[in-house]
Amino acid sequence: MAALRPPMAAIADQLLDEMTGRGNSGDLKAHFAFPLPVYVICDMLGVPAEDRDRFSYWSDNYLSLTRYSAQERQTAVGELVAYMSGHIAAKRAEPTDDLLSTLIEESSGEGEALTDAELLGTGIGLLVAGHETTANMIGKMVAMLLADRTRWERLLENPSLVRSTVEEALRFDANGGFGLRRYLTEDVEIGGEVLPNGTTVVCALAAANRDETAFENAAEMDVTRTPNPHLAFGAGPHSCLGQALARTELQVALEVLLRRLPSLELDIPATDLERLEGLLVGGLSEVPVRW
Amino acid sequence: MKITVDEEKCCGAGQCVLIAPEVFDQRDEDGIVVVLEPEPPHDQHALTREAAAVCPAAAIQVRHTP
Ligand code: HEM
Repeated sequence: MAALRPPMAAIADQLLDEMTGRGNSGDLKAHFAFPLPVYVICDMLGVPAEDRDRFSYWSDNYLSLTRYSAQERQTAVGELVAYMSGHIAAKRAEPTDDLLSTLIEESSGEGEALTDAELLGTGIGLLVAGHETTANMIGKMVAMLLADRTRWERLLENPSLVRSTVEEALRFDANGGFGLRRYLTEDVEIGGEVLPNGTTVVCALAAANRDETAFENAAEMDVTRTPNPHLAFGAGPHSCLGQALARTELQVALEVLLRRLPSLELDIPATDLERLEGLLVGGLSEVPVRW
Repeated sequence: MKITVDEEKCCGAGQCVLIAPEVFDQRDEDGIVVVLEPEPPHDQHALTREAAAVCPAAAIQVRHTP
């Protein structure tokens, strides 16, 4: 992850160059938060820069339940599958220094080569699992910090708080999405009630992350909170596979924003920020800012 | 302070390495935790405790030695 930081920061810088080149205000979601994670995943998969924006479109389609028509979704998924299949074939023929090539080479070296279908699943899985989640979280994190600008100012004074701030933004976010599903393999008592073996339960992440018995002053956003055992990435052996990547992206995004745009502020009252509807993961539809 | 880890529980999330890179590392092959400093120096205690507290698999045990 440490090795990924410089290229990630370069992508973030480049996006901000483009955004600030257009004027003194704009939508941070569209110009920064949304493209950053796709570009990072494209780099990891060895997808060339000129194809990144098509990737974002496909990925957005994949996870949108309502924004696009069923027809549009089907076309986008078809195009993504076709593109990735071609990309995998190209990597098989001519491996380069990226994740797919590494998977192809190392798995065949171990005598249990991954099939094209498995590689396709991995590539598309990384894209759809890692895009909207991280993009929305960058947007929500910046909005939370600017909604009470003393938080932003505190970070400007002390950028070493970036790491704990990222964790606190993850905890504080009440818009995390549907929640964790778990299938019980034994009777479990929760809140005085016994749930029998074989029950499927959903854990409301946002409620767990505001649990007063787990977090002191749970309703306050405290950018210095440590340790911060929040559940934003789930828990246990199936907790988020991409959490190290997501954390690194969130930290780099925040560091670069603080360095490049210290004067950043919301361009509309925080209460007017609109929630994004119809996505599997929760977020804000726009984060209008000026600098 | 003494650290023990449960490799069976570890899910390779890498949280500990991001928090305390001088104390923890991950194996190249499978990402499972490697303890670099089983008895970390004083200046690493706070970070080590934090890493143990937030490990998603609760795979890190920290014992206090006098
Ligand atoms: C801020 C960004 C992200 C958030 C909030 C997030 C959140 C989550 C949550 C809550 C789960 C379910 C965990 C559980 O059931 O205990 C999960 C699973 C998963 N996430 Fe993420 N995620 C993020 C970014 C990413 C990224 C960047 C990737 C990959 C590049 C990724 C890949 C995955 C995968 C593959 C799983 C399934 C793991 C399994 O079932 O073993 N996520 N994520």
